Amino acid sequence: MILDGKCPTGPIEKTWDKHRFDLKLVNPANKRKYNIIVVGTGLAGGAAAASLGELGYNVQAFCYQDSPRRAHSIAAQGGINAAKNYPSDGDSILRLMYDTIKGGDFRAREADVWRLAQVSNNIIDQCVAQGVPFGRDYAGYLDNRSFGGAQVSRTFYSRGETGQQLLLGAYSALSRQIKLGTVKMYNRREMLDLVVVDGVARGITCRNLISGEIESYAADAVCLCTGGYVNVFYLSTNAKGCSVTASWKAAKKGAFFANPCYTQIHPTCIPQAGEYQSKLTLMSESLRNDGRIWVPKKKEDVNKRPEQIPEEDRDYYLERKYPSFGNLAPRDISSRSAKEQCDEGRGVGPGGRGVYLDYADSIKRLSEKIICERYGNLFEMYERITDDNAYKTPMRIYPAPHYAMGGLWVDYNLMSNIPGLFVLGEANFSVHGANRLGASALMQGLSDGYFVIPYTIGGYLASVKPGGTKTDNAEFKKSADEVNATTKKLLSINGKRTVTEFHRDLGKIMWNNVGMARSKESLTEAIQQIPKLREEFWKNVKVTGTGAELNQQLENAGRVADFLEFGELMARDSLHREESCGGHFRVEHQLPDGEAKRNDADFSYVGAWEFKGLDKEPELHKEPLKFETIHLAVRSYK
Amino acid sequence: MSDHKTMTLTLIVWRQKNANDSGKFETYTAKDITEHHSFLEMLDVVNEDLINAGKEPIVFDHDCREGICGMCSQVVNGMPHGGQERTTLCQLHMRKFKDGDTIYIEPWRARAFPIVKDLVVDRSALDTIIQAGGYTSCHTGGVPDANTIMIPKPIAEEATDAAECIGCGACVAGCPNSAAMLFTGAKVSQLALLPQGRPEAAQRVTNMIQAMKDCGFGNCTNHYECQAACPKGIDVKFIARMNREYLKSLFA
Repeated sequence: MILDGKCPTGPIEKTWDKHRFDLKLVNPANKRKYNIIVVGTGLAGGAAAASLGELGYNVQAFCYQDSPRRAHSIAAQGGINAAKNYPSDGDSILRLMYDTIKGGDFRAREADVWRLAQVSNNIIDQCVAQGVPFGRDYAGYLDNRSFGGAQVSRTFYSRGETGQQLLLGAYSALSRQIKLGTVKMYNRREMLDLVVVDGVARGITCRNLISGEIESYAADAVCLCTGGYVNVFYLSTNAKGCSVTASWKAAKKGAFFANPCYTQIHPTCIPQAGEYQSKLTLMSESLRNDGRIWVPKKKEDVNKRPEQIPEEDRDYYLERKYPSFGNLAPRDISSRSAKEQCDEGRGVGPGGRGVYLDYADSIKRLSEKIICERYGNLFEMYERITDDNAYKTPMRIYPAPHYAMGGLWVDYNLMSNIPGLFVLGEANFSVHGANRLGASALMQGLSDGYFVIPYTIGGYLASVKPGGTKTDNAEFKKSADEVNATTKKLLSINGKRTVTEFHRDLGKIMWNNVGMARSKESLTEAIQQIPKLREEFWKNVKVTGTGAELNQQLENAGRVADFLEFGELMARDSLHREESCGGHFRVEHQLPDGEAKRNDADFSYVGAWEFKGLDKEPELHKEPLKFETIHLAVRSYK
Repeated sequence: MSDHKTMTLTLIVWRQKNANDSGKFETYTAKDITEHHSFLEMLDVVNEDLINAGKEPIVFDHDCREGICGMCSQVVNGMPHGGQERTTLCQLHMRKFKDGDTIYIEPWRARAFPIVKDLVVDRSALDTIIQAGGYTSCHTGGVPDANTIMIPKPIAEEATDAAECIGCGACVAGCPNSAAMLFTGAKVSQLALLPQGRPEAAQRVTNMIQAMKDCGFGNCTNHYECQAACPKGIDVKFIARMNREYLKSLFA
């Protein structure tokens, strides 16, 4: 099937305005008759639930944490992009669009990216009005910093905790709506199924994580704002509870999963210290503004203290390879370069999997005080974890799985191929192409939640009779029965290996075969190994406790079970995409200098997969990508 | 930096099946712990051993494991988050302990935070306080350009100091009165400092303090334990600011 993104046509700068005018409206008095479910309360979900509630819809919002304020958007450190051009350094909506399309290696939809760049400015206004305390200059105006993949300073920030401040802004707006009664908040609920009635999304099935009860909720539309799936690698920068479960359940009910192979491996994370490690910690990309990345030139120097290695024996490889972007090369390129240095035997630290991020020059140039003002909390965090003082000795960093560019397929209205199912934020695939630039995730989450869905969902609801389905519909019971059966099965296996052991094993398969460098052999290997591990899981996993109580092992088992299915799809998508682009690097497809070699003639499309059953191959549907404003070109940061 | 010494520790952990159970301490041994384990990773090791032995693992709240989500909530050796300055429990590393140590682990204890299971408590009272007024009532859209609201840098910095609260509740757990004054004071102050928050300042402080009382939190008697327990180092001066805002509201 050829998929249609239903993007507006005509001059790009008019597309969103024209589309907004063309969308049907729901009159204010009728809005309260519609129920909308929002799953997830991060930037996308929190902003959507608050905005839709305020418009007058009846919103039911769900999160697995004990409070909507804890969604993992909160951990974003560095900043949020906007095309304000406050520094007058040449920025514009078109340039932000251009950088995003190019940064994504020409695998995103132009119209969606234009819209994102256009509303980016509204986001900053909105957040300031909410009382989000952005960094300011001494005149009292908003300050900016630079991020990878851009030659302008367009990143707004709040110390090293921008995600926290933006999320608390959305959470405060959401709290206001909860108090007003327009949003009913359900904490500690995990969505375990999408309910589809006659081909239309009509509700969800949840597990109440405290009582264990399986609950049904009906609505006129469902918005999934459930984040990304890189915990499929086990070790990642995501929170422990982040999973593919909501998206994957929707995929199993017919929603197409687009570009699952596009995963972002973030270059600046604290290297793994041991087998027991439960997660990897990101150090903000903003650190690359003032830090210089290097490894020893000579292999024999890797075990020396960095201070003992003289300047002429250091290889500042990003500055050497990419003189015009230097240490601010995009994430995919920076990560791959770090891996190359380590593969050549020049990595530092335990196991040789690390590179230095060095502040000595900046401290000399600016003073320790200024570096502390800019990054103090990150340096503190580094010291807590590694026991090293980065003011005195370089940090050691290594790439780690961080973000999923792929996600459920959506059209321009953020609606999936299942009518009534909308997907927002990281959970959809739409704007980052094959690689996301730094400070763009926060922008997308809030764009989708505050400024896109409030318009587009109205266009859908205007054609739907409100309250059409109630939870007494047979599909709800069927869904709840299925969820109950899975729970029962997980609890009855009583095998010999823990859920975490299986998750670690899957992570190793994914990292070694579907990680930063992929090949036909490695991917074929993954496609053989994952089903074997899945089979073993369902025979030999040990889940303690019962289903009728708070049971974290059971929660985790369900999530790992879904990763064990989804990982295979990720490998299949990687195998089918015979090109390298952004975060998807196939060793067979590289330019003589080792850069990614795209194949625009054959692969300039969104690959959206239809689930056909576990023992069957998924079916690929394509949405061709057209580039009319930004011309396809070889991506160069040299 | 890395050595291969391992530690063996004795853990005395609060176990409670559910809200109605009376609960009790149980003793466990944590083996093969290195200095690089985080505190929660040490508990992971113990839990894996418990599961393999067919026993129920210890239930505790955690999520981001990088010190920002505010989910982790354990009192370790009498101190919320274990007592390392400006550090959440998930960021506390085992190098702060010695081989052979005995460690007491309990949940947050406060009337407003009923225990759900083992080390997990219900902190929804904190959400209730925010819902009472921890926001500016701006609509989505229709707001002025961001740079039309100028804020002196020192004010913006102070508001950010207050805004760093992660809502973990350690201040309540550390306070002998189980007061939520630092939590509430931080939000009241953040918004009272900023021009965007001024129009509703009087009503906000009244409503949030009322919600705090209604939820069953105690009052402040200047012990400063909250500041000592706060993993983000929120200053008690924000309690003083809230009190000033409250007084002002009486004359508003």
